[in-house]
Amino acid sequence: MAIEIAKEHRGQASARSLPLPPSRGPLTASLFTALLGQPGSPISSNFSLAVENPLADDDLQLALYVCYELHYAELEGVDQRWEWAPSLLGYRALLEAQFESAINALVLPCTPRQRADVGGSLQEILANDESPSLSRYVETQASLEEFLELAIHRSAYQLKEADPHSWAIPRLTGAPKAALVEVQADEYGGGSAERMHSVLFANTMAALGLDARYGHYLAQLPGITLAGVNLMSFFGLHRRLRGALVGHLAGFEMTSSIPNRRYGNALRRMGYGAPATDFYDEHVEADAVHENIAAWDLAHRLASEEPALAADILMGARALLAVEGLWAGHLMAAWQRGETSLPRSCAPIHE
Amino acid sequence: MEVSITPYRDGPYLLRGPFTLRDQDGVAIANSRRVVALCRCGKSRTRPFCDGTHRLIDFHAPSGLESSLDSSVEDEGQNGD
Repeated sequence: MAIEIAKEHRGQASARSLPLPPSRGPLTASLFTALLGQPGSPISSNFSLAVENPLADDDLQLALYVCYELHYAELEGVDQRWEWAPSLLGYRALLEAQFESAINALVLPCTPRQRADVGGSLQEILANDESPSLSRYVETQASLEEFLELAIHRSAYQLKEADPHSWAIPRLTGAPKAALVEVQADEYGGGSAERMHSVLFANTMAALGLDARYGHYLAQLPGITLAGVNLMSFFGLHRRLRGALVGHLAGFEMTSSIPNRRYGNALRRMGYGAPATDFYDEHVEADAVHENIAAWDLAHRLASEEPALAADILMGARALLAVEGLWAGHLMAAWQRGETSLPRSCAPIHE
Repeated sequence: MEVSITPYRDGPYLLRGPFTLRDQDGVAIANSRRVVALCRCGKSRTRPFCDGTHRLIDFHAPSGLESSLDSSVEDEGQNGD
C-alpha cells in the first residue's frame, strides 16, 4: 500500500503542478490576472502595496508564495516563461521588501561573541526559544481533526521538503558544500525515491485520508503558514542571503528530532501506525544525524571560512524560530478557542 | 573508506564508514543508514542511537579530548539531570 502510494506520488512529482488558488485581495488579484495573460505583461499595482502586518497578511503571503512557486512547479494555465519575466520579478521584489523588513524587525541582532562561535550560538538561541510547544500539545492532547489540520499546514513545505535549501548548493564551496549535500542526499532518500522525505509525507497524508496532491490545500492556508515557506524560498533565491539559508536549515534540523518523535507518538495515541508514522519516525533518527552536520560542518564551518556570513547565519535561525513561533501561536490560539486553524476551510477535511 | 567516529560538541557520536553495529551477543543491530548518530548523553529513548534528547537535558561535552585538569570543562560535563 505504502509503495503504491509512493509510486503514484512519484509519478506526479515528475510533473509537479498545481492550480492557481482563488485570489485573496488586491495583491493576488492583480498578480493572478496577469499570470493568466501573456508572460511579461505588466502587473497592475494602482493601489498601495503596503500592508499592515506582512508576515500574517493572507494576500501578500499568497502572492509571494505563487511568485516563488513558479520556480518549483507548473501553475495550471500559466505560461512557464513567467518564471523569469521582468514584470513578475519587479512585482515580487516589492513584496519581498515588505517581507524582509518585517523579518528584520522581528529578529534580534547578534553579538560579536555569538558571531565568533556560530555552532555554540545556534544551540544557545534554540535553547532560549520560548515559543509555545505545539508538539507537546499535539503529542498529549490534540484531536485527530487538529492533527489533520497540522498536516495540511505542513503540506505547504513538506511535499517539497528540502527543495528550498538545495538552492544553497551551487552557492557554497568546499566543506560546507559537502556537508549540505550530505544532509540533502538523505532528505532525498539516499538514492531511493520511496524514502524521499516528501514522499514519506505524502504517504502520511494519504494514510490519514488527506489529499496528498501537491498544492491541493494551498487555498486554505493562512498567511502565517505560507510565510514559513516563503522565508526559505526568499533566503534560497537570493545568493546574498545564503548565510541565512544555512542558518535556517541548521535551526530546522536542530529543532526536528524531538517534535517529530512527539508527532509520531500522537498518531500512535490515535491508533495509527506505519505508514502514517513513517515520516515522523524517520525524522527522529535522521535529524539526530543532520543537526550535527548542519550546525557544525555546515553553519559553523561556513562562518569560520566566511566570517562576514556569521551574522546572517544566526539571523536565519532566529527568523525561523520567530516565524515558526507565530505560526504555532496561531494554531494553539485557534484550537484553544475551539475553532479551526484553517479559517478558509470550506468543507470538512476528513470524512 | 576508513571508519570514523566523531564526537560532536554537546551532541552525539557520528559514525561514518563501513560498519556493523552488534549487541554484546553478536547480534546485528538493525540500521539502514550510512551515517548514524550514537547516543552520548545516555538519555536517548532509542539507544544506542541518538534521538535528540541531549538538547532537552542540557548535555555538555567537548568535541575533542576532555582534559580532567581543566575544571571548567569538567563542570560543563555535569548535566545534572
